[in-house]
Amino acid sequence: MSEPPLIELSDVSRTYGSGETEVRALNHVDLTIQKGEFVAIMGPSGSGKSTAMNTIGLLDRPSSGRFLFNGVEVQGLDRDRRALLRRHFLGFVFQGFNLLPRTSALENVELPLIYKGMPRAERIERARLALHKVGLEGRENHDSSQLSGGQQQRVAIARALVGEPMVILADEPTGNLDSHRSHEIMKLLQALNRDDGITIVMVTHEDDIAAYAGRLIVFTDGQVASDGPVPERTRA
Amino acid sequence: MIWETVRLALLALRRNKLRSGLTMLGIVIGVAAVIAMVTVGQGSSRSVTDRVASLGTNVLSVRPDRGPGPGGVSVTRAFSLRDADALAELPVIGTLSPTVNSTQTVVAGGQNLSTTITGATSGYLVTGNWTLLRGRTFSPSEDRSGTAVCIIGETVRRALFGNSDPTGQQMRAGNVTCDVIGLLQAKGAGTFGQDQDDIVLMPIRTVQRRFLGNDNVNTISAALAPGVSAARGIREIQSLMRERRRIAVGEEDDFSVMDMAQLASILTGINAVLTGMLSSVAAVSLLVGGIGIMNIMLVSVTERTREIGIRLAVGAEGRQVLTQFLVEAVVLSLVGGIIGVAVGLALAFGASLYMAIPFAPQLYVVVLAFGFSALIGVVFGYFPARKAAALDPIDALRHE
Repeated sequence: MSEPPLIELSDVSRTYGSGETEVRALNHVDLTIQKGEFVAIMGPSGSGKSTAMNTIGLLDRPSSGRFLFNGVEVQGLDRDRRALLRRHFLGFVFQGFNLLPRTSALENVELPLIYKGMPRAERIERARLALHKVGLEGRENHDSSQLSGGQQQRVAIARALVGEPMVILADEPTGNLDSHRSHEIMKLLQALNRDDGITIVMVTHEDDIAAYAGRLIVFTDGQVASDGPVPERTRA
Repeated sequence: MIWETVRLALLALRRNKLRSGLTMLGIVIGVAAVIAMVTVGQGSSRSVTDRVASLGTNVLSVRPDRGPGPGGVSVTRAFSLRDADALAELPVIGTLSPTVNSTQTVVAGGQNLSTTITGATSGYLVTGNWTLLRGRTFSPSEDRSGTAVCIIGETVRRALFGNSDPTGQQMRAGNVTCDVIGLLQAKGAGTFGQDQDDIVLMPIRTVQRRFLGNDNVNTISAALAPGVSAARGIREIQSLMRERRRIAVGEEDDFSVMDMAQLASILTGINAVLTGMLSSVAAVSLLVGGIGIMNIMLVSVTERTREIGIRLAVGAEGRQVLTQFLVEAVVLSLVGGIIGVAVGLALAFGASLYMAIPFAPQLYVVVLAFGFSALIGVVFGYFPARKAAALDPIDALRHE
């Protein structure tokens, strides 16, 4: 039997409100992502790309349809079960970095491991390795306020990968960064995808950022408008 | 995991030192107030009991009261020395002393002090539970005559003679020059906080003749003979005095006999009521402190919405977020409780020095106040913590 796709949405809809004010953010979406892919999701605002991300990231729950994560049905899981799945299989990178304020880089990276119940010494060791991987060795004890935007996003990436997730979900990871830093971050993500085999799903507005991915999905009006390989992929 | 949570809570609290400090202040004040009130209250009750005991618990105090006089006007008929002599004959009475008082300025070596001269007999040292530190008491002949001799208390000695031995020296009281024959052992503050050592004893005859110009006796204090109950002593004194004062059957006494033990229990009762009242005021402030914690924790939840979102996103269960915030509240209130206990005990210690009462820390109050502050943390921390745990991660992450 072949390996199941990592993410499989079939006929997934997500609606907010009801009756006249009902908003259909996802409208009968079918989407499959295989292990090891690097997927960029684009689309105008309100197209449903963020809802799709939140659904894939198990932060949100589809109103209808099926969601198989690594072959397991997850659309009906409650808050806490979804939290457990996020804890063990997912990593998040946000546009606003979302680091804990007044907390050192190391402690930020440790955070997911705390919830995994890992002993402190091992946590610190792993967090150090993760920071090393994103090129921030020597900055372990810096506060997020002492780090540049690019460095903060690296901390966020370290935090996402420290738990050895199957997928990293990046929601406009370069949205708050200048172009030079953006490309550095993208190179890092591409390397993680290529060298560590981590599946990456990324939402972005910018074509040159999307070009780092291997596959491009465009959303419009809550549906997949186009889906195919990135035409001229940037390879770092 | 729980240690981890406590560590996280401490970290989170340390990140907001000022706010954590101010939040704790409410609990600190509440706990400190309760502890200080109860400790001082206990100390002063104990001091009342101790002091009344220092008066001698088997001592009865006989005083004239207002009674019906000629023409329906109420008058106070004073006792005389003969009344005292008659009472002294009663077998229930061990020792007694008639007393009178007169306020005079005493002068020696250029120093002066306004004090109360107590005219008494040597029996007063027994009924008043006094010990002579130096010198001697009144001789039987001095008890009976108007000799100008005096026995002084520690306060008077310090004011007039400094640290030197006053016995054998002379001092002037009013216009009477007397020989100091004895120095009393210091007793400290009295039941009502008065200085018991601010005392000059002179033979009662001397005070009557030289200062008061009459033969009246204000009070007769009587120490009962060993094994005689206060009730029996009071009964016998009453029947003798009624006879001597010719009070007809059915008429009320125009004098009163007071038992010091009874006085002690009245005073202790008043003290307990006061302590209870003040402690309940303090308990209200503890409650207010708790509401302060809830308030701050609610603000904290709102302010840290994004942090909660991050925690939820990386895989925290609602329960874990709840625990974290609850632990933060409990840590705040417990640390506040610990500081409060320390501050309260320190305050009570200072107050006990200042008021010259025993320092009486009560373990049960410390445990109670501490337990109560932890309870406040749980109760008032629960609501904000539940609010934090129920946040939707997507909304929380989007929160600005």
